[in-house]
Amino acid sequence: MDQFLQHIVNGTILGGTYALLGIGLTLIFGIMRVVNFTHGELYAFGAYMAYLLVQVLQVNFFLSLVLAAALGVALGALIEFVLLRRLRGADIDTVMLVMIGAGIALQNFWQLAFSGVAKSINHPFPNLPLVFGPVSVAPIRIFVIIVAIALLIGFYLLINRTRIGVAMRASFQDPDVAALMGVNIPLMRTLTFGLGSGLAAIAGALLGPIFVVTPTMGDLVALKAFAIVILGGLGNIVGATIGGFVLGIVEEFGAGYISSGYRDAMGFLLIIVVLAFKPQGLFAAKERIG
Amino acid sequence: MSARIYPWLFVAFLASVPLWIGNQYFLYILTSAGIFIIAAISLNLLLGFTGQLSLGHVAFFGIGAYVAALSTLGFDLEFGSARFVFPRQPVWVGFFAAILVAGGFGLLIGKLAFRVRGAYFVIVTISFAQVMRMIALNWVDLTEGPMALNNIPPLSLWIPGEGVVGFFKKEYNYYLVLVLAVLSYLLVQRIVRSRVGRAMIALRENEPLALSVGVDVTRYLVVATVVSAGMAGMAGALYTHYIRIVDPDVFLFIYTVTMVIMVVTGGKGTLAGPVVGGFIFGALPELLREVASPEVQWILYGIAMIAIVFFLPQGIVPALAARFAARRGPGAKPEPEARAP
Repeated sequence: MDQFLQHIVNGTILGGTYALLGIGLTLIFGIMRVVNFTHGELYAFGAYMAYLLVQVLQVNFFLSLVLAAALGVALGALIEFVLLRRLRGADIDTVMLVMIGAGIALQNFWQLAFSGVAKSINHPFPNLPLVFGPVSVAPIRIFVIIVAIALLIGFYLLINRTRIGVAMRASFQDPDVAALMGVNIPLMRTLTFGLGSGLAAIAGALLGPIFVVTPTMGDLVALKAFAIVILGGLGNIVGATIGGFVLGIVEEFGAGYISSGYRDAMGFLLIIVVLAFKPQGLFAAKERIG
Repeated sequence: MSARIYPWLFVAFLASVPLWIGNQYFLYILTSAGIFIIAAISLNLLLGFTGQLSLGHVAFFGIGAYVAALSTLGFDLEFGSARFVFPRQPVWVGFFAAILVAGGFGLLIGKLAFRVRGAYFVIVTISFAQVMRMIALNWVDLTEGPMALNNIPPLSLWIPGEGVVGFFKKEYNYYLVLVLAVLSYLLVQRIVRSRVGRAMIALRENEPLALSVGVDVTRYLVVATVVSAGMAGMAGALYTHYIRIVDPDVFLFIYTVTMVIMVVTGGKGTLAGPVVGGFIFGALPELLREVASPEVQWILYGIAMIAIVFFLPQGIVPALAARFAARRGPGAKPEPEARAP
């Protein structure tokens, strides 16, 4: 039982960052119909920027996280502006090929720029775990889950309660009418891709201090983000949030009770099972955004 | 009619290579390029002719590699008190087992994955390859995990006058790969020009229309996947016996990407496309090795992939075909397969 609670807590903390990655990816797919193969690279980018700021430039840890997220938004917007803007109306496979190419180029660029050696990021939290009855948690992990939940709620409000959110959803549901109503569709697309990328970057910057930073750190994580998005139904932000937590907890239990070697396989098995029985995802009545 | 002779002239040229090429290293490059060309030909059947972007294709390649290796090396597994011993098999038994098992997985994945299309299909196929990699990494009793399976014997053949010969020499492997690549090409050509192939192309071009005129879409897609998977499995078996070591990295996404780049660059949905793309991207890494680090190579690959999609969206072969057709005059028709989606 004690172990059970510990697994739930660990899974939830892991799930929070997965959810951040998942909603970025699902937003980009939902609004732009782009399967973003650079998502993992933006995650690694966020972690490297945090490394650069904290370890090399000695910037304050919390400020570094904010800057890493902002740089992620900027890089995402740049990718959209340079590559995707020209591909509007192209079929989804063509766009996928371009994004795969971009992903490979970026990943190897990180490898070239930062070398393959794993980097670690120092954080200002004490390393001694906090103990709550049978459960013990490192303070940095509590910080990560608080930030992740705050971002998830903020993002949900942005999409559902603000004019920008309305414009984003409108440009997904009916781009022509949205354009007629004065929504700047290209700007919305740049913004969407930038925000989604920013979420990936902040997830990387948050997990960088817990794990280590490597050029290929985004590979598995990006695939997991795909799993989350499938679980929740493509384009479904709430679904992706729940999917993130589900995956985090399933992985933790899989690692705890089956075999730690198969931890990373859980997500993929989950995808295959979900698609075999409920091809449109667990939470999607129909494809939608919001 | 005369155009039909060019592919055979090319094959004859390739067959003559070991006779005059001095440097064995080039033969090695060509052989490994040939193995990847077979894989690319198999991918093209799915990607080019049915229009399904299968990004887990390396799974079939890897399954073939592992099945060939395990059946020639033999293995034993313990389940509690029960012990299962699989004795060593002759290399060709393993070779055909690789094709069958990979094809069987193709059937399974085809049935499962074609319930969904587009982005979902892509993600299912990627996940499948990842699960395979995890199994290869973690089922150490069977696969040795990251320690890899070593000392895999080369293929062997009874050759008149020489008896049974193990394919230790580069020339033998080169000719074997050449023969199997030509057979793969002919098989795909045959499928594509048959009823099945026309059905595949019909559903690539317009799936609802194909359905409405009675094409059993899922069945044809599954057939294409099985053939494609079996062929990729064969390429994997060739790879195993040629390199003679296999580790879980054969399942890496980057190898799927390599195959996709080959097909897209050469021209998806054309018979010659994967061959042309395969020679370019099979030889390029070896030639670039002297001047550029692997990272730089991959960056160039990524950029090349983007550039091809932007500037040569149909690939090299259709672009050349269109140019020749234009030169011959307005009456000349391009090859029927040369339409990419």
